[in-house]
Amino acid sequence: MTELPLIGEAVAVTANPRLAGARIGVVTFPGTLDDRDAARAVRLAGATPVELWHADTTLGDVDAVVIPGGFSYGDYLRAGAIARFAPLMSRIIDAANSDAKLPVLGICNGFQILTESHLLPGSMIKNDHLKFMCRDQVLRVENNSTAWTSDYAAGQEITVPLKNQDGQYIADEKVLDALEAEGRVVFRYVGFNPNGSRRDIAGISNAAGNVVGLMPHPEHAVEAGFGPETGLSGSAGNGGSDTDGLGFFTSVLNKIVGGAK
Amino acid sequence: MPRIVVDVMPKPEILDPQGKAIVGALPRLGFTAFSSVRQGKRFELTVDGEVTEEILAQARNAAETLLSNPVIEDVVNVEVVEA
Repeated sequence: MTELPLIGEAVAVTANPRLAGARIGVVTFPGTLDDRDAARAVRLAGATPVELWHADTTLGDVDAVVIPGGFSYGDYLRAGAIARFAPLMSRIIDAANSDAKLPVLGICNGFQILTESHLLPGSMIKNDHLKFMCRDQVLRVENNSTAWTSDYAAGQEITVPLKNQDGQYIADEKVLDALEAEGRVVFRYVGFNPNGSRRDIAGISNAAGNVVGLMPHPEHAVEAGFGPETGLSGSAGNGGSDTDGLGFFTSVLNKIVGGAK
Repeated sequence: MPRIVVDVMPKPEILDPQGKAIVGALPRLGFTAFSSVRQGKRFELTVDGEVTEEILAQARNAAETLLSNPVIEDVVNVEVVEA
């Protein structure tokens, strides 16, 4: 008996050999959950996903890296705390800080790993309401000049799924003021702050804009019919697309191939 | 075998949901004297042999780099406990 696949093959929205030449690494730690969705998002954007394993001691030939969500090491000690010391993370930290400024995107647990790595300031603690939360979340793109947001308009509102327990972004007032002043608040929650994050911050970047971390999941909003129910969540001003997350991946592709847009 | 005990507490200004849940449960059991609870972490690092100054320094370093996150937590105690 032939089993029908639940969802179809991932086919790039625009097949372009130049884009397919771009290699985007997706890191898997023990306990990572969303690596396959992230790889699928990379493929849908037109690039080639490259599986990376936490114990690898070299980064290989990749043009960008996605650190996906999940519960690396079971969130033991603190979310992201043990993953931060994995051999591959040292390579990623060096590459992100190098002159080449490797683009790095941390989603959810990936964001937590980036703060534990000190690539991004602040930290995440338990949601203020103490519960795990899963919902379609409206975000405002506050900075569209990072490696991962250039395909969005400044101020554009997008809807992507959010699902976490330790999602409350915190930092001291001095750090928050500096992030605001330097335009490093990349995403803000709109309409509803789902976890008590300071100043409604959903995602931030490093000073150079090559490293971006956020709690919501753009990789779950890349395929028509499988994204957020935008009619229900009321995504304002963006036409209610359920593929709002794809822009992260096309943004970094444009950067890698030098403005093929 | 001597152990080095490291105590880590959430910073005073950081929400401590575990402590909050516990302080809510205490009066239901008749423990009414406690107005606040903060829950921290205790690590026990076992050392094979004598705890030298160098080993103690390693423990302090580990406490600051891995066992705690200075953004949200304080290392409040590092001490040697003989078996």
